[in-house]
Amino acid sequence: MLTDAEIEHIAKLGRIELLEGDVEKFKRELSSILGYVQQLQAIDTSSVEPMYQTTGVENAIRADEPRNAFPMDTELSALLVGQAPMKEERFVKVRSVLKK
Amino acid sequence: MEDYGYTIASVTKGLAAGEFSARELFNEYRDKIELRKDLNAFLSVHDFREPAAGILSGIPSAIKDNMLVKGTISTAGSKILKNYTSAYDATAIAKLTAAGALVLGKTNMDEFAMGSSTENSAYGRVQNPLDKNRVPGGSSGGSAAAVAADLCVFALGSDTGGSIRQPAAFCGIVGFKPSYGRVSRHGLIAMASSLDQIGPLTKNVRDAAMVLNAITGPDVFDSTTAPQPVPDFAKNLDKDIAGLRIGVPKEFFGEGLHEEVQEKIRAAIDMLEKQGAIISEISLPNVGASLAVYYIVMPSEVSANLARFDGIRYGHVSRAAQNLLETYMKSRSEGFGAEPKRRIMLGTYALSSGYFDAYYMKAQKVRALIRQDFDAAFNNVDVIVGPTTPSTAFMAGEKSDDPLAMYLSDVYTVPVNLAGLPAISVPCGNGSKSNLPVGLHIIGKMFDEATVLQAAACVERVLS
Repeated sequence: MLTDAEIEHIAKLGRIELLEGDVEKFKRELSSILGYVQQLQAIDTSSVEPMYQTTGVENAIRADEPRNAFPMDTELSALLVGQAPMKEERFVKVRSVLKK
Repeated sequence: MEDYGYTIASVTKGLAAGEFSARELFNEYRDKIELRKDLNAFLSVHDFREPAAGILSGIPSAIKDNMLVKGTISTAGSKILKNYTSAYDATAIAKLTAAGALVLGKTNMDEFAMGSSTENSAYGRVQNPLDKNRVPGGSSGGSAAAVAADLCVFALGSDTGGSIRQPAAFCGIVGFKPSYGRVSRHGLIAMASSLDQIGPLTKNVRDAAMVLNAITGPDVFDSTTAPQPVPDFAKNLDKDIAGLRIGVPKEFFGEGLHEEVQEKIRAAIDMLEKQGAIISEISLPNVGASLAVYYIVMPSEVSANLARFDGIRYGHVSRAAQNLLETYMKSRSEGFGAEPKRRIMLGTYALSSGYFDAYYMKAQKVRALIRQDFDAAFNNVDVIVGPTTPSTAFMAGEKSDDPLAMYLSDVYTVPVNLAGLPAISVPCGNGSKSNLPVGLHIIGKMFDEATVLQAAACVERVLS
């Protein structure tokens, strides 16, 4: 069973604010899933390389030349910056990082 | 087999004969979508645009709401993207529209494609058109319901652990997940990047092959797309299957499989044998560990992919936040639903310092063993068949309080994503108890979509 402190630590790493009841809920649910995945420990993988991808494509590289597929113009700029919940003119606004 | 209305072939014929115009058909579908609002299959509808010439010219389609269509809203079923306007077309969408397809609208889905019932959508659950009290499956439940209710000719979905094939099985239609790397993921809102793949949900196998012909191929915007040549997937559909070697894994017929599903699958396998296929029982010894591997690998990738939702560049921002850290914490807490939060937490834990080797690394090693099992089996067989799902469509609410029970409905589809293989779900009749559709799952070798489609076309031909 995960502890309260562990749940709070993970939530902070994952940038999720915990609401009332969340600690208990996550403790229960995560412990149940982690209990289920314990079965993997019984499988011998001592001579196995981990598989991170399935296609076998390696070092997919391209020529270091501009593609110009998305030429930046006022329309695209407006579509992109326009998504920001807080903005001023062509700029995205961010709340203060440091305390005043 | 059910009559699901227009197919790509019948629309193409109707347009050529002048029975209706593309605009008339589009508007007819728009009216139908409006009439069937009770299903909650669509999250938004689009306006008519003159179609391009091509193999899908004038065909009205529905698109899962995690694919970007320029200038329109894409929510991915989440509140956090409620007002997100796509700045460009996903490659799959650009290819579809270049082939002449029309977009009727965007379909409802489990939030960020996380779920197996479409009950995790922030915009309400989708009803199964065959029984409104049942789920359509998920996460592409809106796309499956839209096809089954003839609210479009075909739909696109995405499949990370079964999200095309499971809802196709539950709604009695065809659902195809191509090999990983066949279809570009550029413009697909990412869930788990090593598993996600776009594919079609259609009324028949030929339509699935036609849509695949339009959307597959390498893409400079997705470096994981495969350089392999793309064949004409519709070419061999009428070929008989005499001599086709079919493997039936004993692991797919164990505990948890409902009797009525087993009956139909066994009957379909007998039928394939009568058609000249060579059936042999095979074993995939490590396949039983698939869900455990999946519930480490997938949430780990989720926790990384969903880190981009920070309340700054796009998406929901918390009005209560006073500083940057609070902007992150509160915006994400308010914007994400229960399932994304659960998976972010799980993935963050699995990747956190001290646990990485025990969870993530271990899971990726067992994943390699699962792929080796498939590779070994494919030395002796051409395709592998079994049930798509352990049961027919379950009741709404039946599994929503038990994440682990919900996850188990993907037990046969998940291994295929872990191995990257192509697979289809094709209807093979209704269960004797529930009278609901059962899906036959046909899995192929990496990049051998053509053989999977050929076998599925045979099932369709003989059983309909």
